[in-house]
Amino acid sequence: MPTQPTDRYAQFVGTAPGTWLSSQLGLPRPAELRRAQPGKRVLDGPALVVGTGLAPLRADLADLLRAAGTDVLDELPEEAADHGGRLAAIVVDATGLREVAELEQVRAAVVPAFRRLAPSGRLLVVAAAVDEAATVAAAAVQQGLEGFVRSAAKEARAGATANLVRVRAGASAADWASTVEFFCSGRSAYVDGQVVTVGPAPAAAPAQERERPVAVVTGAAQGIGAAIAEALARGGAHVVCVDIAAQGEALAQVANRVGGTALHLDITSASAPAALAEHLRTRHGGADVIVHNAGITRDKLLVNTDADRWASVLEVNLAAELRIDDALLETEGALHAGARFVCLSSLSGIAGNRGQVNYSTSKAGVIGAVRAMAPLLAKRGMTANAVAPGFIETAMTARMPVATREMGRRANSLQQGGRPEDVAETVAWLADPRSRGVNGQVVRVCGQSLLGA
Amino acid sequence: MAPALRRAAIVGGNRIPFARSGKRYAQASTQDMLTAAIDGLVARYGLQGERVGEVAAGAVLKHSRDLNLTREAVLSTALAPTTPAYDVQQACGTGLEAAVLVANKIALGQVDSAIAGGTDSASDAPIAVDEGLRRVLLDLGHARTPQQKLKAISRLRPGNLVPAPPRNSEPRTGLSMGEHMAITAAERRIPRQAQDELALASHRNLTAAYDRGFFDDLVTPYLGLKRDDNLRPDSTLEKLSSLQPVFGRSGRAADLAEPTMTAGNSTPLTDGAAVVLLASDEWAEQRRLPVLAHLVDAETAAVDYVHGGDGLLMAGAHAVPRLLERNGLTLQDFDLYEIHEAFAATVLAVLDVWNDEEYCRERLGLPAALGTIDRSKLNVAGSSLATGHPFAATGARILASTAKLLSERGGGRALISICAAGGQGVTAIVEA
Ligand SMILES: NC(=O)c1ccc[n+]([C@@H]2O[C@H](COP(=O)([O-])OP(=O)(O)OC[C@H]3O[C@@H](n4cnc5c(N)ncnc54)[C@H](O)[C@@H]3O)[C@@H](O)[C@H]2O)c1
Repeated sequence: MPTQPTDRYAQFVGTAPGTWLSSQLGLPRPAELRRAQPGKRVLDGPALVVGTGLAPLRADLADLLRAAGTDVLDELPEEAADHGGRLAAIVVDATGLREVAELEQVRAAVVPAFRRLAPSGRLLVVAAAVDEAATVAAAAVQQGLEGFVRSAAKEARAGATANLVRVRAGASAADWASTVEFFCSGRSAYVDGQVVTVGPAPAAAPAQERERPVAVVTGAAQGIGAAIAEALARGGAHVVCVDIAAQGEALAQVANRVGGTALHLDITSASAPAALAEHLRTRHGGADVIVHNAGITRDKLLVNTDADRWASVLEVNLAAELRIDDALLETEGALHAGARFVCLSSLSGIAGNRGQVNYSTSKAGVIGAVRAMAPLLAKRGMTANAVAPGFIETAMTARMPVATREMGRRANSLQQGGRPEDVAETVAWLADPRSRGVNGQVVRVCGQSLLGA
Repeated sequence: MAPALRRAAIVGGNRIPFARSGKRYAQASTQDMLTAAIDGLVARYGLQGERVGEVAAGAVLKHSRDLNLTREAVLSTALAPTTPAYDVQQACGTGLEAAVLVANKIALGQVDSAIAGGTDSASDAPIAVDEGLRRVLLDLGHARTPQQKLKAISRLRPGNLVPAPPRNSEPRTGLSMGEHMAITAAERRIPRQAQDELALASHRNLTAAYDRGFFDDLVTPYLGLKRDDNLRPDSTLEKLSSLQPVFGRSGRAADLAEPTMTAGNSTPLTDGAAVVLLASDEWAEQRRLPVLAHLVDAETAAVDYVHGGDGLLMAGAHAVPRLLERNGLTLQDFDLYEIHEAFAATVLAVLDVWNDEEYCRERLGLPAALGTIDRSKLNVAGSSLATGHPFAATGARILASTAKLLSERGGGRALISICAAGGQGVTAIVEA
């Protein structure tokens, strides 16, 4: 395993003197985040599920959490109840809200519960799609919920997060189940202040899932890619681990660890798209999941960015990806029905970043590509989504200058860097056969970074 | 009743880049390298936890502690621990001979899949203790009384403490392989320039093959090494011809001709490992694995280099006509030729005798010369002069590359010939 940089500050404030000192000085106190472990439940305590307005989804939300082994409450417990009256999650169905005055119901339900949110607790607001609102007021109310959630996320303490899931008309409980589960669970540990829209699964989706789906992960030899390969394999996929031949040693170790296969391929080579399509067709009878994770940085200030630095970053991070998508979509048998694309973008692609014009351009381009592909793919029962990591503790961030690294770590609501597995779990949720209704979304894994918020 | 024979399919191969001895793999053991080569193969073909029919491999320079080298390597890999394995050793013929052995078991239906290969380290070569010291130590172990122990120890002499490194010489002649080859080269009057040209072609072909990605699914980097470090992409005929001869400067070779063999047209001592995956067609098909080619037939010959008139490394020249005859083929019926470049002179001497009417009649018992081959079909992706030659690993390297070359060109037939110490030569026909 590649060594991950240790966050010594976070370790220090976890000690008794550290806690005292940091609170005296008003310094950030990063909490240890609850993360998913095999066999662990979605939530490790009771969930308060409240409806506001008509609350058409409240019953389904409660059923879903109950089925996941959660103790569902419909009102706030006594302080003295189990867990000291602590809540692992507050789930609010706000899909039925139409009038500004009704927003008071959200305030009234959340305020007393919010202070009872356990460490790494979840506030999840379920809302309607703004563009489907029948009136101007309804649109305003539904949009308003975003402000509510984003601010609550900033006030949440001890690793707790707040996110918003929008459910489109026609989407059934089966369509949003995997998404609600994801946001409640430890898998979304570093996903904070995000808004995700779920629609009905496309009609063209295959009736039956494959027993052992085949997933392709580019740049799988190390870092985030290796973590994605592991997460997808844990979910039962055969992972085709792709990286350049020079990374073959690490790649073989990843492939053997996850029981997948190693494929040496430079995604930028002219023959790569056809070679990958052919490999997937002949060796696997088509892929079910494509994760475009391979990426490079060649940082320089704009004024010093020469054509080479520009071209190499755009080639790997964007152009190669588009060529491969075209080849896979055009080659009969390269993709299995209902295939899923997940593309790694970056916070730099959303917020911009000093010294990363080339990188930010490529990563913003990824978002554009995903949004344009989504409606086209939906017709074929497929989806495309982007994941935009913020500061993730990898070999790449370990190389940063200390001050930049410390800034990156602390400048977010969770006051710490994320881990490769946080990105990987987000990818795995988007690749989940049950997440078919999630299409064209850009999900940040950034602990609600202050950048580009 | 014996089942019908089936041809063994070559599914693919894997090797680690070869390293000149004492360099990148100086700290790696033969077992480490074999393990890495197998693990790369497992990763490429998704064989984790699979019980492969058998794994046959070996090393030429072998430590006494490695008595179960291949099985121990298998236990360190991601293959099922229930995969049986055994060691094979036939000098430089080890890798190909191992492939022939497992291919025959596949042909007979005794196994459905197998891995064959080899590994060698000249860096981590075993060093034996002096024979006198060894006797003393053995007697000491057997001694019961203090007097007996003292008596054993008293036989020790300072000279006994000098270790005996492995010998790169033939036990029966005391000559190194290079000196043997130099005699043959002198006898056959193999010109220096032809040897240098062959070496240059090997480096050029290997460089081109790497550059076009040919080895992307045949090689897995190891300990940070990504390409064979013996490869000289910028080698030129001028550079090669400026090197001083290292073999044939004295003795019989020198009596016959000017020395011609240099460090540039001879293989260096090398570390590395290579394996090849063979299977029945059905086994490959069930796993959606490719069939690059089939191993059709093989023949091993040995020559009496001690008393007879044949050169130490000329046994391949004897094996091939027997192989051709059994298969109803002529020397010209091949699309590719892979003749192991122990020395450039080895390849040239073999080609030379095949085109020599007298040699073919008198030594090979043929009615006429076998003739010449189209040199553009020879070692087209480079061979041992460029990759280096970790003895036991060479066979699997050549077999896997040959199968892929045939599959790339959409079919064809290839002839492989590998010379080995002890006057032996292993040859095979591969078809796609
Ligand atoms: N680490 C972070 O904080 C962070 C933040 C935002 C976005 N990202 C994005 O996440 C992805 C993974 O990042 P990481 O930190 O794990 O990076 P990394 O550098 O550790 O790994 C990237 C992998 O991609 C491979 N790769 C590069 N070029 C390739 C090519 N032409 N063909 C095939 N493989 C190629 C590399 O060999 C490497 O193994 C990248 O797209 C990156 O831009 C990372």
